[in-house]
Amino acid sequence: MNRTALRRVGAPAIAALALGLAVSACGAGNESNSTSGSTNTLHGAGSSAQQAAMDAWRSGYQTAHSGVTINYDPTGSGAGIQGFTTGALDFAASDAALDPAAGEVAKAKKQCGANALEVPDYVSPIAVIYNLDGVTKLNLDAATIAKIFAGKITKWNDPAIAAANAGVKLPSTAISPVHRSDDSGTTQNFTDYLSQAAGGAWTAPASKTWPQKSGEAASGTSGVVAAVKAGAGSIGYADNSQAGGLTVASVKVGSAYTAPSADGAAKALEASPIDTTRTAGDLAIKVDRTTTAAGAYPLMLTSYVIACPTYPKAKADLVKGFLSYVVSTDGQTLAGKNAGSAPLPPSLQAKAAQIIAGITAK
Amino acid sequence: MTTVTTETGSPKRRLGDLVFANLTRGAGLTILVALAGVAIFLTVEGAPALGAKSADLKGHANFLSYVAPLVFGTLLAAVIALIIALPLALGVALAVSHFAPRRVALVIGYMVDLLAAVPSVVYGLWGIGVLGPRLIPVYAWLAQHVGWFPLFAGPASNTGRTILTAGIVLAIMVLPIITAITREIFTQTPRLNEEAALALGATRWEMVRLAVLPYGRSGIVSASMLGLGRALGETMAVALVLSASGVVSLNLISSTNPSTIAANIALTFADSTGLQRNALIASGLVLFVITFAVNFGARAIVSRYESGSKA
Amino acid sequence: MTTLDTAPSTGASLRGARLPRYAPAIAGVISVAAAAIVGMSLSWNLAGMVILAVLIYLVGLTTWSRAVENSRAATDRLVTSLIWVALGIAFIPLVSLLYEVISKGAGQIDGKFLTWTMRNVVGQPGGIYHAIIGTLIITAGATVISVPIGLLTAVYLVEYSAGSRVASWIRFLVDVMTGIPSIVAGLFAYALFSLIVGPGTQFGIGGSVALALLMIPIVVRSSEEMLKLVPSDLREAAYALGVPKWKTVLKVVIPTALAGIITGVTLAVARVIGETAPLLIICGSTDSLNYNLFHGQMASLPVFIYTSYTQPGLNPSILQNMAWGAALVLIVIVMVLNIAARVAGRIFAPKTGH
Repeated sequence: MNRTALRRVGAPAIAALALGLAVSACGAGNESNSTSGSTNTLHGAGSSAQQAAMDAWRSGYQTAHSGVTINYDPTGSGAGIQGFTTGALDFAASDAALDPAAGEVAKAKKQCGANALEVPDYVSPIAVIYNLDGVTKLNLDAATIAKIFAGKITKWNDPAIAAANAGVKLPSTAISPVHRSDDSGTTQNFTDYLSQAAGGAWTAPASKTWPQKSGEAASGTSGVVAAVKAGAGSIGYADNSQAGGLTVASVKVGSAYTAPSADGAAKALEASPIDTTRTAGDLAIKVDRTTTAAGAYPLMLTSYVIACPTYPKAKADLVKGFLSYVVSTDGQTLAGKNAGSAPLPPSLQAKAAQIIAGITAK
Repeated sequence: MTTVTTETGSPKRRLGDLVFANLTRGAGLTILVALAGVAIFLTVEGAPALGAKSADLKGHANFLSYVAPLVFGTLLAAVIALIIALPLALGVALAVSHFAPRRVALVIGYMVDLLAAVPSVVYGLWGIGVLGPRLIPVYAWLAQHVGWFPLFAGPASNTGRTILTAGIVLAIMVLPIITAITREIFTQTPRLNEEAALALGATRWEMVRLAVLPYGRSGIVSASMLGLGRALGETMAVALVLSASGVVSLNLISSTNPSTIAANIALTFADSTGLQRNALIASGLVLFVITFAVNFGARAIVSRYESGSKA
Repeated sequence: MTTLDTAPSTGASLRGARLPRYAPAIAGVISVAAAAIVGMSLSWNLAGMVILAVLIYLVGLTTWSRAVENSRAATDRLVTSLIWVALGIAFIPLVSLLYEVISKGAGQIDGKFLTWTMRNVVGQPGGIYHAIIGTLIITAGATVISVPIGLLTAVYLVEYSAGSRVASWIRFLVDVMTGIPSIVAGLFAYALFSLIVGPGTQFGIGGSVALALLMIPIVVRSSEEMLKLVPSDLREAAYALGVPKWKTVLKVVIPTALAGIITGVTLAVARVIGETAPLLIICGSTDSLNYNLFHGQMASLPVFIYTSYTQPGLNPSILQNMAWGAALVLIVIVMVLNIAARVAGRIFAPKTGH
């Protein structure tokens, strides 16, 4: 009985094992080797907004340098900074610069042994997208946007909207504002814009979590886009690159209305001052949401990459090589193509490249 | 079942028995330890959230006011699911046990299994991609014609991603578990009771009403509670389908909906840090306690009923 | 309808007047036709017509039965119809879901889809090989953890506990455990490894632990049922030959119940292989192959479906279509496991008679 039983279990077990080995022995069709943990590996994590761009950069760099593996986990900016300051990561990406008040700058300094480097690597305009039959062009100012998203303006033919859109026939459709249900850097930058530029119309401070308790909630940028697409009368905010086919509102800057564009975001970034309280390698930018520079589009997301100034010998060149590629013209163009981000303005790009070039081996 | 072991004499044999017996007991105790471990580790990792400030609690003053609306949403979605699923499940179970011919009943049984086999994330895809859009006109109609009724006050969602949609998806997901248990109990109805009813001239429905349903009453209750427990903890389908704002509202068809504990964890866990994560784990502990209580109650009813039927 | 006469007095004759056997069919045809005519003249959609047809059928058949038979028979017919309607409503979603998944997913599946990963794949469809492998490895880990614990516990409950209080508590709590929400299992694994390994740890074995927690109760209950079915004669025969109890259990009882145990384990695997929430929390996701259960994020099919659908990036249709394809693959895997469980049950069933 025992022997038959053994044979009964044994045969299929061996078959299953053999099958498993056969399957796992041959790697994936597109992966030559995936030896993680070697010295040719970098670990990064952080901003989920940068994920698409990071995918492009990693892919570009790994393709050009075979044998190199760069891992990136879009765990969220906070988790990225946390991982970096505890030494678990080689670099971090964050939608907000290291916060001196929260002790992040000091922690990063302690981990690196010197002031951490921080450069912007990803700029993306955020579009106010809407779905309204027959209205192809819409002008909105920050205060009106704030009131719409706060649920204070509920009809599309509200006088406040009509005043900015002379000659446009606005229907009386109800407005259905759509926001992100997950925490995101996009929400943080959008609410930062509203709280700075909308005067008193927006009272909540900037936050990753949507502060209002009204309107439709959707997960992820694509969720917001899908919800706006599906609902007549909807309005939402999303990375401009992913606004795919939806009509996009122009936002009032100074006295003109500006549509979102990579150029506009770059201009707004150029018009914003660099935080002078920071150390030399820290390019934290105080984004000026109220800029009136012509053609600037201050409703954008700026994301940073954070690294140490020195690394162990084996890693220094790799970090320097990868991050230089990220801020290079090639890297920025590639991200623009694959993630729809705006290339860094030349002046900022030069500064960032210079800072990264200063990474040395211990 | 268990036979009393007679002393076999040889100490070597007894040693083997001793080791094996303790091994099996150890495995059983491991399960108890694991269950206790769930509570302990969630408490340890969740406890810091009690001291969290509003910045880490989505603007709520303390953990209690953070978790209360989520508990409300969790209960609301689960109750909607149960209200929809229970009559359907009873119908399916009765069809299998008493109404359908054997072959048809077999096919229905397979289909219920199939319903149970579909992963929750796939239900989520279906809910957001297929069911939601189909329900938009229904919600618009409800808001227009029965808008005076608080549950359908509107304004109607124009994406269909409401708590009612989430409840319907949950209902489909808990249907198999309720069906399985009630079917089991209905088929166990003593044949004599059924035949006595039929012999008295009862129609099939009267037989079911007089013999089957009274016999299965506690089974129906516990099946509903188990279904409720499943609906309370279901995550991905709700996370995908629901447009969750975290409000407390009984309005079933608007785009501003309460969130559920599980969906809230799934949606915000990745981007959270520090105390936010502790708060999410603490909310998970609350969910664990609620589902544990519901399941505990359900199983208590079942076991009392089982021992009662044996006596 | 009115031409048919009602029975003079119900119950006076042994058998009152009955509707013909094909009455439901007639009612069905009439109500479908009526609904189609009304629906088409008012240009309703299909759903509206179906609802109308069902209503006409319910009302029509009940009134007819009431007129010809009696009110009790009418109620019986109404309830019978309602039960079939419930059955129909319950299975519409299943049919719709399978149709959508197959129609949207089948076109995705080809050689590249099954053998590529998403590594270095940007802006074009890639493959789900890494997710399939991850799912298999994580689930295998969960099986390795849960089967010994579950099976030994079942042995304890059936062979050793003999009505002890601990056993009844274990049995009860195992039942309660079947109701643990999967996300709670994920949080448990996350909290556990946060304390043991370090905060925020994400790796495959954590997913295995979480899934094992969900599998154990299913394995215990099914194995227990199977062990109970083993006739006491076999045990007593072994004891009579002087075989110690532990050997009897290992060499007589378990082999006899093996078919059922394998079926139970396979069904337990099928039940947890589609779990998303715990893996989302403790395993994370990656775009590359990872064979190492103990290090680094591991992709899995359910998480791949979720992340691809919710974060599809610049060109949403590519990844969202892949999500449907992966959903089809996942459903096929679950189905195969379910069928395998039944087949295994047949193949390994102990031969009756010697």
